[in-house]
Amino acid sequence: MSLQALLVVAAALFGIGVYGALSQQSFVMIMMGLELMVNGAILAAVSLWWSSSGGSPEGQMLAVVLMAVMAVEAAMGFALVINVYRIRKAEMTEQVEELER
Amino acid sequence: MSPSDLTTDLLFWLFGAGAVVSGYLVFRTDSMVRAAYWLLASFAGTGALLLLLHAEFLGLVLILMMAGEMTIMAVFMVMFMMNPAGLNPMTMVHQHKVAIAAGVIAFLGLGAVGLLGEFPERPLPETTSVDSARITADLGRELLGESMLPFETAGVALLATMIGAIALASRKGRFGTADAGSAAPEPPEEERRRREHEGSDDGGHHHHGHGHDQSHEHGHGQDHDHGHGHEHGGHG
Repeated sequence: MSLQALLVVAAALFGIGVYGALSQQSFVMIMMGLELMVNGAILAAVSLWWSSSGGSPEGQMLAVVLMAVMAVEAAMGFALVINVYRIRKAEMTEQVEELER
Repeated sequence: MSPSDLTTDLLFWLFGAGAVVSGYLVFRTDSMVRAAYWLLASFAGTGALLLLLHAEFLGLVLILMMAGEMTIMAVFMVMFMMNPAGLNPMTMVHQHKVAIAAGVIAFLGLGAVGLLGEFPERPLPETTSVDSARITADLGRELLGESMLPFETAGVALLATMIGAIALASRKGRFGTADAGSAAPEPPEEERRRREHEGSDDGGHHHHGHGHDQSHEHGHGQDHDHGHGHEHGGHG
């Protein structure tokens, strides 16, 4: 287990997340892609804390903040999905291409 | 290489490959609910990797948080998706090639940084189980000591998110529906009249001059020209 291997795994998770967030049509699947990206970011941050910080606890703060980011993203995403579905009856990106008046 | 190192390596490859493969399967399964649980598996793999890295607190928090979140996500899938159980094969993707290219580029770029970059070599001090407990205790003191400001800021941000999510998801509030105000305003009066006139071919030019004063026009028309008055009524 080396830092390089860990960072490659994190990059793979991030790349899959980019693919999912760009390619999926359903709002909830797009959110899954975003969460995978944050997942890779957390792994990379903790890997660097493990290899390069000499065990100082400040390094783990970044991961705590990233988890808060993930929770914020999930909560606001679900709220927006509910709202868009209630008003436009849309659950896919193509259904909200046009602005209504 | 000592036996414990070998075990760590094996576990690393197991969990790392598991996290990446289940992350890939999220977007390859037909069932939306299964996609949510594949994502949970991917997060569990990452959490296990964090445990291997002696970040026990973060790893367990990640797994617990994601277990709750993915359960909610599965419920959302059942509520909103037309194919939650995966009974029909389907792919719901757009701009597929661009997305694949972007994902591969992101992976190659970040992987190259990881492989070729130079990072400082300051590993954790030699860790036993007692030391692992000390790492977690240090993190707790850090969270409620030196780093209290960012920690509490994250807490307040989460509170604001809760309020915002409730405001967005509530059906109707004091100021109308949650997307009130996003409607485009009505076009101004003159603009609308101009459009109506453009729509009618016959006599459009004739009405331009007097269009704004209908009552006067009518009185005038009745005096000496009946036909014109009728035309006005039709267009007004």
